[in-house]
Amino acid sequence: MKLYCLSNDAAKPCFVLSFKELLIMLDCGLSAHSVLNFLPLPPVPSTRLASLPNYTPPHLNDPLLEGELKECCGRVFVDSIPEFCPPLDKVVDFSQLDVILISNYTCMMALPFITEDTGFKGQVYATEPTLQIGRFYLEELAEWVSGGAGGAGAARRWKELLHVLPAPLALAARPRSWRRLFSAAALSRALARVRVVGYDERVDVYGALDATAVSSGFCLGSANWVLRSAHEKVAYVSGSSTLTTHPRPINQAALRGADVLVLAALTQTPAHNPDHMLGDLCVHATVTLRAGGSVLCPVYPSGVLYDLLECLSAHLDTAGLAGVPLYVVSPVADSSLAYSNILAEWVSVGKQARVYLPEEPFPHAALVRAGRLKHARSLHDDAFSADFRQPCVVFCGHPSLRFGAAVHLVELWASNPAHAIIFTEPDFPYLDALAPFQPLAMKAFHCPIDTSLNYSQANKLVRELRPRELALPEQYAAAPGGAAPRPHIAADVPTVLLRRGAARALGARRSMARATLSGALAARVAPRDVRAGLRAAPIQAALRVRDRRVSLDVAPPAAPGAPRAQAPRLDCSAPDVDALVHALGREGLPDARVERSSDGCIVHLPRHDTLVHVERHATHVFCQGDAAVRQALRRAIAACLPHV
Amino acid sequence: MPDIKITPLGAGQDVGRSCILLSMGGKNIMLDCGMHMGYNDERRFPDFSYIVPEGPITSQIDCVIISHFHLDHCGALPYMSEMVGYTGPIYMTHPTKAIAPILLEDMRKVAVERKGESNFFTSQMIKDCIKKVTAVTLHQSVMVDNELEIKAYYAGHVLGAAMFWIRVGSQSVVYTGDYNMTPDRHLGAAWIDKCRPDLLITESTYATTIRDSKRCRERDFLKKVHECVEKGGKVLIPVFALGRAQELCILLETYWERMNLKYPVYFALGLTEKANNYYKMFITWTNQKIRKTFVQRNMFDFKHIKPFDKSYIDNPGAMVVFATPGMLHAGLSLNIFKKWAPYEQNMVIMPGFCVQGTVGHKILNGAKKVEFENRQVVEVKMAVEYMSFSAHADAKGIMQLIQYCEPKNVLLVHGEAQKMEFLKDKIEKEFKINCYMPANGETCTINTPTKIPIDVSLRLLKAEAVRYNAQPPDPKRRRVVNGILCVRDNRLSLLDIDEMCDEIGINRHIIRFTSTVRFEDPGPSVKTAEKLKTLLSEKLEGWTITISEANISVESVLIKVEGEEDSTKNIYVSWTNQDEDLGSYILGLLQSMVQ
Repeated sequence: MKLYCLSNDAAKPCFVLSFKELLIMLDCGLSAHSVLNFLPLPPVPSTRLASLPNYTPPHLNDPLLEGELKECCGRVFVDSIPEFCPPLDKVVDFSQLDVILISNYTCMMALPFITEDTGFKGQVYATEPTLQIGRFYLEELAEWVSGGAGGAGAARRWKELLHVLPAPLALAARPRSWRRLFSAAALSRALARVRVVGYDERVDVYGALDATAVSSGFCLGSANWVLRSAHEKVAYVSGSSTLTTHPRPINQAALRGADVLVLAALTQTPAHNPDHMLGDLCVHATVTLRAGGSVLCPVYPSGVLYDLLECLSAHLDTAGLAGVPLYVVSPVADSSLAYSNILAEWVSVGKQARVYLPEEPFPHAALVRAGRLKHARSLHDDAFSADFRQPCVVFCGHPSLRFGAAVHLVELWASNPAHAIIFTEPDFPYLDALAPFQPLAMKAFHCPIDTSLNYSQANKLVRELRPRELALPEQYAAAPGGAAPRPHIAADVPTVLLRRGAARALGARRSMARATLSGALAARVAPRDVRAGLRAAPIQAALRVRDRRVSLDVAPPAAPGAPRAQAPRLDCSAPDVDALVHALGREGLPDARVERSSDGCIVHLPRHDTLVHVERHATHVFCQGDAAVRQALRRAIAACLPHV
Repeated sequence: MPDIKITPLGAGQDVGRSCILLSMGGKNIMLDCGMHMGYNDERRFPDFSYIVPEGPITSQIDCVIISHFHLDHCGALPYMSEMVGYTGPIYMTHPTKAIAPILLEDMRKVAVERKGESNFFTSQMIKDCIKKVTAVTLHQSVMVDNELEIKAYYAGHVLGAAMFWIRVGSQSVVYTGDYNMTPDRHLGAAWIDKCRPDLLITESTYATTIRDSKRCRERDFLKKVHECVEKGGKVLIPVFALGRAQELCILLETYWERMNLKYPVYFALGLTEKANNYYKMFITWTNQKIRKTFVQRNMFDFKHIKPFDKSYIDNPGAMVVFATPGMLHAGLSLNIFKKWAPYEQNMVIMPGFCVQGTVGHKILNGAKKVEFENRQVVEVKMAVEYMSFSAHADAKGIMQLIQYCEPKNVLLVHGEAQKMEFLKDKIEKEFKINCYMPANGETCTINTPTKIPIDVSLRLLKAEAVRYNAQPPDPKRRRVVNGILCVRDNRLSLLDIDEMCDEIGINRHIIRFTSTVRFEDPGPSVKTAEKLKTLLSEKLEGWTITISEANISVESVLIKVEGEEDSTKNIYVSWTNQDEDLGSYILGLLQSMVQ
C-alpha cells in the first residue's frame, strides 16, 4: 500500500493511494493562492488599475517583460489572466487512475485538470450536494475569470526572471506549473463523469474493495471516505467538523479502527474560533450599518454563506436594522439558494425537522419571499441596479478579490471610510487579497470562519479513532527542530508525513483474501482437533474467480487416468514404531525387523525388499515398484500417524 | 440448506393491507404494515396474533420496513406500534416519513369522525409512532444490527417510494413495494442494480396488463375531460392527496395553458398547498426534468388550479374537481359523487386501482345503482371512465425488473390470484426460475445455497495464480487449490501447509516413498533424463516439469537418473505421501517404458 501526495496546499488536498493493484485518487483540490500574485480582473474596466505604473526590475532591460508587471503601493503584480496551481501531474499517470473519491466541494476544483485531456478512464464518486454545489463553485469561478475586463492575456516572461523580482513574487512556488483555468466545455465534461453516491452507500470498486462516503459534518454533502476490504480498512478524513452547523453531523463510528487514517484539510485559521468570529462579524456589520455605511462580504456562493445569512438577518432584526437589504451577487446565486432548500436529507436534524412541517430547512427562502434578501446574477443586472439601496450588506465573490463582483465593489467603496469589508473565507490572507486596492480608506475586518477541525479537535479525534497508522501532510506535523513551535498533530501511532511529490509506503500488509466456501464443499470436510480451539482439515477446492470475487467449491473428479495434485497432509509427529510394526502385520506385511539407532529407527521388511527409515521429522520408505505393497504400507503408516 | 420463509399477512393473492413476514438467517422482518380499504371491521388490519398469539410482539420482529406512504402499505403502523405494542425499529424513506402521518391523520378523521368508529388510533398515537421511525436515504446501507443490512432503491411509484434490499449473512431478498418502470410527468422510473438476490418479492397489480403508451393514455384522458366540460358537464376525479394527483394536475395545468381554457379546475383538499410543498421540498425525489428546471419554475406552483370549497358542489356549469379519497370509499369525493352521479352530462374518471368493496370498484364493474349504509340509493347515470394512471409496473415492467436484478426465485404479492397465476407461468418459462404466490397466512419456504465466508491465504492464491497464468489461456480450465482448512472461533481460513505449521508451531513430519527402476539405456545419464522429461511432458499436461542435469522434478516428485555411461541406469523416483497419485502414475509410466 502506497500513498502519493500531489498537492502543496494541505487545505486543498490531493492524494493517490495505490492498493490492491488499484490507483485511487483522494480529492483533487485546486490551490488558488497563486491568483494573489495577479492584478484583479474588474468586471467593468477600471481606470485606476489601468493606470498603475509598470514595473521593471532594476538593471534589467528585457523587452519581453514589457507590460507584464505593474506596481501598486510597493507591491508588484502580474497583469495577466490569473493562473491556478493544480495537483502535480508528473508523479502519477492520470490515465492509470481507477477511481477518484471526492470528499467535499471545496476539494474538487481541480477535477477537469485530472480528467480532461489526460486519458483518464476511471470513475469519479461524490455525493449529490458535492456535485451540485461543486458545479456552482466551478461555474462561478469560470464565469468570473472569463468575464473580467482587462487582463492583458498571458504573461509568461516574468516566470523566467523570478530571481530578479521582489518578494512575494520572487517566492512564488513553481509558477511554471501554474495553469489557466479550464474551459467551460472541459468543466461540464468533467462534471458529467461524476457518479452520485449517498452517505453510507457501499460503492464496489472493481470487486477489490468497498468505498463508503460517511458524513463529515463540514458542509452540505461533505464526506469522509472509508475504503474497506475484508481485512483492511483505510479512512480518509478530509474537511471534517465536530461543530454543530447546518450539515449532518460527523459520523465518527465508521472511521474507527482503521489500518491507515489519512488526515487532511484541517482548519486554516487555528487561532480563530468560528463562533466568536460569527459574533464579531454581526457586531462589525451592525456598527457599520448604523453609521450609514455598507458591508461587503467576499464569499463563495454556498457553505458558510447560509449560516451568515441566517445569523446576520436574525442579528439585524434584534438590532433594529430589519430594513437593511441583503444582496447575494453571483451567477449561481439563485440556484445555490434554491438548491440548499431541497437537500433535506443532508442537513442537521434540527433543519430536517422543519421539512416535515413542511417548511424550508434554511430561513433564506423566507427572507427571499419577504423581499429582505435579493439575489442577482451580476452587478449590472437591470433588476438589481434598479433595486439597489444603501446601506446594505452584499455577499459576493470572489474571496481572493481578483475577479468577480467583489472587485468592482471594493474599487467603488475603497475610498469611503464609512463602508466596511469583512473577510470570512479562510482561503486567502486578507491583507494580500487587499494589496492591489491600497491605499484603502474603507474598514477591513478579518473574521475567518473555518469550521473544519482545529488541531486539538483533530488530536482528540485521532485518539478516539485509534488508527494503526496515521498519514498527514507535513504541514500538520510538529515544527522541525529549531523552528518556533506550532500547533500540530501528535499521535502515539506510527505517522507518515507527506509533502508534494512524495510517495510513501504504508504499513498495512495483506496476507488474507476473503472468499466464499460452498455448503457442499463444507459438508465434505471433517476438521479434527489440532489443539484446543483449533480444528483443521486438508481440503481440495475448485477455485472460481469472477469479478475479483473468489469462491471455493467441490473440485470436479479428475479425468480418469491422469494424476492430480492432492490436498496436503499435515502429519505432526513420527509414527510410533511398535504400532507401525503391529499395523504392518495387520496389513499382511509381517516379519518386520526393527533396528534402533540414535536418530531414529529402521524397519526392514526383507520379504518385500522394503526399508522404512523413521526419523523425527521425516519417514522415508524405500520400496520396490509393487503398488499393492505400497498401498498397504501407506495404510499402515497412516493408521499410526497422528495427522490432520 | 438454509431457508427463507415468507408469510403474507396481507397482500397474498390480494391487493390491499400489504404486510409480509420474512424470516431468514434467524431474523424476522415485517415488510409493510398496511390496512385494507375495503373493510371496516378487524379485517382492516393484518392479523398480528399470527406472529405471536399473546405477549409482546417486539421480541418476534427485528424490524419493520415501510415501502411508501399509501395506506394499504403503512395504514396499520400506528396500530401496531401504539396499540399492539411493537417497540422495535421502523424504517422508511424521508418523504414517506414526512407524508405518511398526514395521510394517516386524514384516514383517522374519516374513520372516527365521519363513520364514528371507536377503538381506532388517535392523533397522538400517529405522532408517537412516526417519532419512532428511522428515516433512510436511497442506497444508504443501514445495519439494523450486526447481521441485518437493508438498502433502499428508487421505486418511482409515488414520492419517496422505495424498494428494499435486505441481507442477512449470505442470503438476500429484494422487496419491491409498489413500483413503476416507466417515468411519468413527475417521477422517475424504478431502478435497481444487478444485486442477484436469492428472492425477489414483487407486486403484481398489473400482472396481465401491458399498458399502451403513456402518451396515448394522457391524450385520451385530456380528450375526455375536454369533451365533457365543453358540454357543460362536471368532471370528478377521485384521487389520493399525494401522488397521482400531482401528476394529473401537471397534465391538466399544461393542457389548460396550451388550449387557453377557462373552465375552473379545483383541487379539493385542505392539503393541496401542503402536499405541493412536500413535492417542492423533496424535489430530489422527482424526475430529472423537474429537478433541472425547479430553480426557474417550480412545477408544483399551479396557476389554473384553485382550491375547492364545499359550496361549489352545487355551482352550475362545467368544472373539473380533484377530490380525495381515490377509491370513492368515504369523504369528499364520495359526497360529490352522490350529488353528481344522477346526471348524464357528468363524468367520473377513476385514475387508479380500486380495492374490492369500495364504491369505486362497484361502479367500475358497471353498477348502475349504489346503495349506502343508511339505505340511501344513488343512481349512476354519469359516465364512468377508468384510466389506468396508477403508477404500477405492468407485466413488461415486472419482467424488466427481474431481468435487472437477476433473482434466483420470485414471489408474487399484491395482485389478484388469477392474474398472478398467468404471470407466474410466464416468469417460470422465460427465466427458468421458481416463482411462488402464497395466499394470506400461507408460508412459503425457499431453499438457498449455503455460502460460508472464508479467509484464503494470499500466498496460496498467488501460487495458484502463477501456475494458472503460466499455462496457455483457456477459460474452461479448472482451477484447483489445495490447502488446509482451519476452524478457529467459528471462523474459517484456508492456509498453505507451511503457513499452517508456522501458525500452530509444529514441525511437519514428511513421509516420502522412493522406488527404483532399472533402465537399459546407453549414453550419459543427462541424455536419459532428457528423454524421460520429453515423455513426461507428453503425458503430464498442465504440470510444471523442471529439469536440472539428471534430476527431474514435478511438484514434490523427484526423479534422479544414476549410472555409468554405457550401462544400466538406476532411476530413482521419490515422492511425498500427499503426491501418491502423481508419484505412482510416474512410477507406473517408467515401469511400462522399461518393459
